[in-house]
Amino acid sequence: MSNTQSMCTSFLGELLSATHNFSSSNPAHTANTADTFKAALYVTTATINAATTAYSATNEVSGTGYTAGGIAVTNATNPTSTNSSSTAGVGYWTPSGNLVYSTVTLTTAFDTVLIYNSTQSNKAVSVHTFGSQTITAGTFTLTMPSNTTTTALLRLSTT
Amino acid sequence: MDDSLLEHKQGSIDNDVEYTTWDEYYLDGELVHRSAHVTLKKSPFSDLFAASLG
Repeated sequence: MSNTQSMCTSFLGELLSATHNFSSSNPAHTANTADTFKAALYVTTATINAATTAYSATNEVSGTGYTAGGIAVTNATNPTSTNSSSTAGVGYWTPSGNLVYSTVTLTTAFDTVLIYNSTQSNKAVSVHTFGSQTITAGTFTLTMPSNTTTTALLRLSTT
Repeated sequence: MDDSLLEHKQGSIDNDVEYTTWDEYYLDGELVHRSAHVTLKKSPFSDLFAASLG
């Protein structure tokens, strides 16, 4: 046996669970209670990217049946982590339900969904893009990927 | 409404990031219904995440 320098894979999953806190200015969390996450849609002309720090209504879609701020993300599955080797692993999480915007009319083309934390001042989590869409008196469904080390919606990995 | 009056169009996109299908219904040439279903296959950005020790 020998020792191997590495970032512990369990730590990656625990980052997603707010188990560790290196900051003296972090927001309060309630033990054993997940934050509420939401999903907002943005038009193709918006600029939502890695520099986005929080939800904004600017360039968010609007239309019949759509409420500003989007919809709540179903979260019934806790983040987890899996080792891939003695030096690498993945922490990951995927919403437990699809994102469904029912009976909406969104005539301005959109191509982006922003996942954000509505419990923590609407702070941004991730941006996901897809082919440009419009919806007319219909339903827009975003089916989540499988919650695995290679396909989960959010993955933190060491290599 | 007589459904036979509606023209139905479908389409799809299939690439590394998404599999998307959509259904459109037209009445007298006017779009009266459009739904879309996007399956996110993978988050391309997340593969770029890597952590390292100093």
